[in-house]
Order: sequence, then C-alpha cells, then structure tokens
Amino acid sequence: MRIALLSDIHANLEALEACLAHARERSADGYALLGDFVGYGADAVAVVDIVRRLASEGAVALKGNHDAAIERVDSYFNDDARAALDWARRTLTDEQKRFLAALPLTVERAPVRYVHASAASPERWEYIDSASAALRCVQASGSTYTFCGHVHDQQLYFATARGRMSPFTPVAGTPVPVRGPRQWLGLVGSVGQPRDRNPAAAYAIFDDAKREITFFRVPYDHHSAAATIRRAGLPEALAYRVEQGI
Amino acid sequence: MSARIRPGDTIDGFTIDGLLHAGGNGYLYRVKPPRERDPGFPVLMKVPGVGRGEPTLGVVSFEIEQAILPQLNGLHVPKVIAVGDDPLQPYLVMEAIVGEGLAALVQRAPLVPEAVAEIGAAIADALHEIHRQHVVHLDLKPENVMLRPNGDAVLLDFGFSHHARYPDLLAEEQWFAAGSAAYVSPEQLRGHRGDPRSDVFALGAILYELATGEPPFGEPTTYAGMRDRLWRLPLPPRQLQPAIPPWLQEVILHCLEAQADRRPPTAAHVAFDLRHPGEVALTRRSTWTTSAGFARQLRSWWRSQRATQIPPVRNIATAPVILIAVDTEHPDDERHPAMQRAAAAIVAMYAEYRLLLVSAIRAAPLGEGERLEDTASGKHLEHRNRLRAWIAPLKLPTARTSLHVIESAGPAATILALANANHVDLIILGAPAPGERTLAWWRSVASDVTAGASCSVHVVRVRPRGAGDTDDVEAVP
Repeated sequence: MRIALLSDIHANLEALEACLAHARERSADGYALLGDFVGYGADAVAVVDIVRRLASEGAVALKGNHDAAIERVDSYFNDDARAALDWARRTLTDEQKRFLAALPLTVERAPVRYVHASAASPERWEYIDSASAALRCVQASGSTYTFCGHVHDQQLYFATARGRMSPFTPVAGTPVPVRGPRQWLGLVGSVGQPRDRNPAAAYAIFDDAKREITFFRVPYDHHSAAATIRRAGLPEALAYRVEQGI
Repeated sequence: MSARIRPGDTIDGFTIDGLLHAGGNGYLYRVKPPRERDPGFPVLMKVPGVGRGEPTLGVVSFEIEQAILPQLNGLHVPKVIAVGDDPLQPYLVMEAIVGEGLAALVQRAPLVPEAVAEIGAAIADALHEIHRQHVVHLDLKPENVMLRPNGDAVLLDFGFSHHARYPDLLAEEQWFAAGSAAYVSPEQLRGHRGDPRSDVFALGAILYELATGEPPFGEPTTYAGMRDRLWRLPLPPRQLQPAIPPWLQEVILHCLEAQADRRPPTAAHVAFDLRHPGEVALTRRSTWTTSAGFARQLRSWWRSQRATQIPPVRNIATAPVILIAVDTEHPDDERHPAMQRAAAAIVAMYAEYRLLLVSAIRAAPLGEGERLEDTASGKHLEHRNRLRAWIAPLKLPTARTSLHVIESAGPAATILALANANHVDLIILGAPAPGERTLAWWRSVASDVTAGASCSVHVVRVRPRGAGDTDDVEAVP
C-alpha cells in the first residue's frame, strides 16, 4: 500500500484538499490522519467532514491535542489558539464533536504505529524535538515504523547500530529507502500550518511494499486559507502565519 | 546467514554456482539467474558478511549498498538485477564486471605516465558520474575499481558510501566510517562524510601509487598513523620516480591536498587535467623533487589546525565545467561582444569553474602551404591566438581556462563530443547570424547543439538592427 500520512491539518481546507489531490495523483491507496484536525484555521467543519469520510473508508484517524481540547480546554494554549478552538467549538456539530472525542490516541497496523505526538505517553503531547525524545518514542512504540505529527517540521529519525536515534532532514520529493529491521520514526510535517517559512503544505507517503517514504511539500492557495481565517474574525496572527509559513 | 549458503542452493530463483570472494564487506557468489530474469550477462549475488570484528558493520554496510547501488545509473557501476528485501536473507544480484581489477594493475606499478593518466581519467569519469547522482563513494581503493576492456572504470562496493538525499546510516559510527587506511581522506578521519572531494583525495592516492609503486602515506595500521595525513605532505612523486613529468606530479599532489578546499573542486576537473597535460596549470608543487622541509610542513600543519568546522554536504554543481564555442572564422561578427558579456556574467556566478574555449574550424587543406597561415599548424596557431584575444578582456585566471582549436566538418557534432567527453555542465554559443537565417533554423549549429546536448545550453542572440519585437521569435527549446 501507498499510505498518505497527513497531520496537523488545523482546519485548513485548501491545504488538505491540495494534499489529497497530490496524494491521489501519486497513487496513494491508504490514508493515515494523525490528528489536530481543528484549531488555528477557520474550516473546522469541512475538514472534520473529510476526515470522517476517509475514516469510514478505512483510514487511520487519531486524536491530536487540539481535537482533545474541543472537549476540555487545556491551560497551555495561547490566546490565539484558544480563540480558534472556541470558534471551532461553536461551529462544529454535536456529531462532529462526538467523532473527535471518540478518536484513539494511537493505532498500530503492523509494522507501523501511528500517534499524534509521541508513542511515549501519547496523552502528554510530548514534542519530538531531540534524539532522546525520538528514542523514548520508538522504545514505547516497539514497531519498526512510527509516524507522528505534532512538531510541524518534517524529520526522519533512524536507529543507529548503537541503539541511538539519528535525525535526517528529508529532501522533498526524493523517495528514501527505509528498510527494517532497524526502527524508523517519521515526523510528517503539518498540512495546515507549516512553520519553516515555506507556506507549502507538508505531508508524506509511505510505501509499505517498497519500504520507502517520500516527504512532500505541496504549494496551495494559502492566501485563500488566510482570507477565510480573517472572514471568520479569528486573530490576525493566525492568518499571517498561514500566509508566511511561520 | 551466509554460512548456510551452498553451491546448488536456490534463493528466489537464483541458483548458487560457487563462492567467488569472502571478505569484510560480504560474500560474493556466482549465480545462475532464472530464465525470466536473465539479463544476458553474468551475474553475482552479494550477501552481507561480518567484518572487522564488528558484528554490525557488515550488516549496516550491506544496508547502505542495498539502498544506494540500485539507485545509481550508468556504465560506471554494476547494474543491479535483483534486491532481496527479506531481513533474514538480504541479497543483491548484480552484473559481474568483465575486465581487469585495478588491484592487479597496481601490482605492476610504477606505470608510464600516459597509462597513469588514462586510468586516472577513467576513474575520475566514474567518480563524477556517481557524484552527479548525489553519491560519494568514500572507500575508493584499487580493490574497488574494475576496468572494462574498453577502458571504462567501474566502481564497486558502496557499503561505506554517502547519499546526499538519504539518511546516513554511518553518520554516528565514526570508527566504522573511515575508509581504507592507505586511501582515506583527512576529512573522513574527522567524521565528515558528505564531500565528493574525499573521493578526489583517494583518487590522488591511487594515481600516486600507479605512478610511483608506493602508496603516498604508506599503509598505516593505527588511527594515529592515519591521522598523520591531516597535515603531513607526501614525498613528491618525482623524488621516487624522476621520469614522472611535472604536470602529472601537479595533478597528483593537487588531489592529495589535506584541505578539501585546496583540491580540484570536482572529479571532472581532474579528468580534464589528466586528458590535457598541456593545459595543466603548473604551480610550485610540480617542481618539488625533495621531501617537504620544515617550513612547508609547518604551513601545512598550521592549515590543518584551522579546519575543524563540519562542512555542509557539498554539491558539485557549484563548480561547473563551461564550454564556450567561439566562431573564430568570423572574428568581427557582432555576436562576439554579446557572448563575451554572457560569459562574464555566467562565470561571475561561480567561485570555482573550468572554462573550455572551443573553436571548430574548417579542415585545413592537405599538405603544407607556402605561407605559415596556410599550413595546418599555422592555422591552428592563428585561431588559438584569436581565442586568447577573445577571452583576454574578461580578465579571468588563465589557470582555469583552456583553449581548443579543432578541425571539423560538423561543428555541432564536435562541440557535443567535446562536451560529453569533458563532463561539461553548460555550453554557451551564438545563435545563427542574420545572414544564416535563410537556412531552416533547425539546421543551425545552435539548434543541433541544443537538441543533442546532455547539459544546459545558453544561446546568445543579437537582435537584428531595426527588427520589430515580434519577427525575431525563433525560440530555442
């Protein structure tokens, strides 16, 4: 299977549709949606609808920290994020909220484990921002392949012969061989809110037959996504971030 | 796992014929392919071995080769026929190279300079080919080079290699990561694995050995012994073999510079030098015939102390070979100033480059004429002078520029052949002159070169005086 790995969509409908079309052109026949469908953006309703449809067709769909905050706001969200969550809570239907509330934190489909933040205590939303955090994640995961989101940058960690995790920054569009039995941890980037000063949406495709992962950047109409955020009356900073990719 | 493989066994349809080689980097078996996968040439199966007292090394090396070798194209690497993905029985089936091993040739060293240059240029071609595909070999040594009967070099064993776009599975395994003691570059000893010039250093060591019969730094058996080369200068080859010409010593010692920045920027530049001895820019290196004195060694040591920063993975596209086709038959053509401006602007973009100035002239009449300018040699000289005059206003360093006058009935074919043979990255040439417009445009040299080139082509066109904006739109594809 060629599984499209999409995370941190953040209610950005334009970015999600662009990535799905891009993945279809590249013969993706499976989807893993790694959480944070809402928050920051202004199209929560449409995005959650697409996620529900894909999940009903067999896609993996996980709960992210922003999705969890629809039920219960955590104190660590900043004011802008909180405003977008309040807005999502007002616009989502009860059925959509129930769907989000029922999402699992992690799913294993051997040889792959999917989780939003880190397989080590998924509910603590730990950021994988170091080799040691990556090691904690794969040790808890136990699977050959672990795919996560949460940190918005794309990164590929691999287990070295000495049992440490070593980081690699992928080149967009280049298939990378990822053979077992060593463990691999892919951080697939953010569809809806990239933060590396490149506004293009980020996702990846994992080919489980070829044992190959390809990271992608997909340019989309980010000005339109920003305009939607402004029309919804959400904080200007959220629109600006989508426009600038910060 | 390899111990269980015996002649007569079958793995995924490949029948084991016999063990060819067992070594630190794996086991090589002659195999018979199943009929539907028979490529029409002999093939070998490689399976991982266990090497150098490190049980993981053979497996990691094999994983690297399994990832990189199937991605490489061209005649300078063995063609991969099959990749065994099962982690319990991994294998690679590849072309068995027919030809002579470089290790056998090294046994016969010292070779004559012409032979050293020819073999060295063939290896440099092969290196440039893999460097272009983002791979640095990092374990170049005679055992890993085969020469096909036509002289082409084939590189073997990519178990220590680095791919600029793949995770480096050896990045944190510095003790494993250094190549073979006699050929490994100083920066590899410091753990840097992304620089194609590391292979240029190893090529220098091979050239040195072919020319003198000795490896430049001996065959150290300790890490401290290997680290000597971070600054110690090898004996000048001419001290060992006085018959070695200065140009060859220049090329060898240039490749063996301890600092990568002081070496030729790409293998293509080395190939060019080895094929054009007359164009090698000689420095003081070429004249040394005695071992380095205290002052020279001290300078080298001092430089080594400053080079500690880990450089980024290096891209060879930053040091292009540029070919400029100059029509010296028509020196007053108005295209020349425009081409000179284009050449100056393009060259200014690169810190390092190699410039080939080419004039394809009509063949001289047979036999020597009365006047010098009517003879073949006189004609060549005249056009060479015109080339020199053409490039002079650009005030470029002459060491990076070479002049080529070639007799030719078909300039386009000549330019293309020269570009291919010298790894040219960009061709600059003029569009047809207004007078030539009556010909169908696709019959011009510019269009033939553009269509046939395997590199970028910059076509300079001078707008005819008084022409409107729209009647001059013969775009070059």
